[in-house]
Amino acid sequence: MLSFLPAVVGGALLGGAAGLVYLLRGRVAGIGGIFGGAIATQSVDGREGRAHRLFFLLGLLLAGFGAARVAPSALGSPSTPLLVVAIAGLLVGFGMQRGSGCTSGHGVCGLARFSTRSLVATLTFMATGFATVFVTHHLLGGPR
Amino acid sequence: MKRSLGPFVSLLSGVLFGVGLVVSGMTSPAKVQGFLDLAGAWDPSLAFVMGAAVLSCGAFSWVARRRGAPVLDASFSVSESRTIDRRLLTGAAVFGVGWGLCGVCPGPSLVSLGTTGLWPLVFVAAMAIGARAETAITLGLGSRTATPETPI
Repeated sequence: MLSFLPAVVGGALLGGAAGLVYLLRGRVAGIGGIFGGAIATQSVDGREGRAHRLFFLLGLLLAGFGAARVAPSALGSPSTPLLVVAIAGLLVGFGMQRGSGCTSGHGVCGLARFSTRSLVATLTFMATGFATVFVTHHLLGGPR
Repeated sequence: MKRSLGPFVSLLSGVLFGVGLVVSGMTSPAKVQGFLDLAGAWDPSLAFVMGAAVLSCGAFSWVARRRGAPVLDASFSVSESRTIDRRLLTGAAVFGVGWGLCGVCPGPSLVSLGTTGLWPLVFVAAMAIGARAETAITLGLGSRTATPETPI
């Protein structure tokens, strides 16, 4: 049971961060939306919205730089070739833009607001995620 | 005074969110794939990450909704859409395939940019291209039905 402690503490931390964004700034801390908005040519909600997204992304980067120094082993790498990483990135970017959300936007913020849309989206990407790993790990005998 | 705090809140939340991802194990693609591998040595810990995250985010959301408005900004900027359409379903489905392929989702990929590795750069660049391509395709399909003068 103790092995789940980091999962619970980390989850509460990232959920709390998303909750703070909602309580203080009234915005959804979905990484897909924040990233998608940051790379869009036009900001849908003006300069303030753009500044919020850039500062939040900067915070994520700072956390990464810090973790790389303090706990480098916590930052793993995919076991797949770079070509597969690129394909995965394309699919993730395309999918989050089309489905208006990702693991955090739908899976955390959306579920926390009892959004049915987010529940459906979360169940859908979980299902295709399970199916994909089944194919790559068991049918194709990929990384183990 | 209130408004000037906004960017600081956004930055601090980004840091906290990133630290949460690292502590929870979400920045380990092997661990994420372990969770997605129902038929293998299933690692359920990411279900605990999600459960804890939804509970703590839900507590803040509950307070926010009771207040009726956010503390710093004038109003909520949240989609109130309730339609479950093909866009949502196909988008989420494609997202899940990409997530399963490498065990990486957007947040952890951005946090991993803090390392010296090449893969986060490749993933994030591809993610940006994928997102922009989706926007371009959607706008392209939409413009066929819209009048040419309509600004998109």
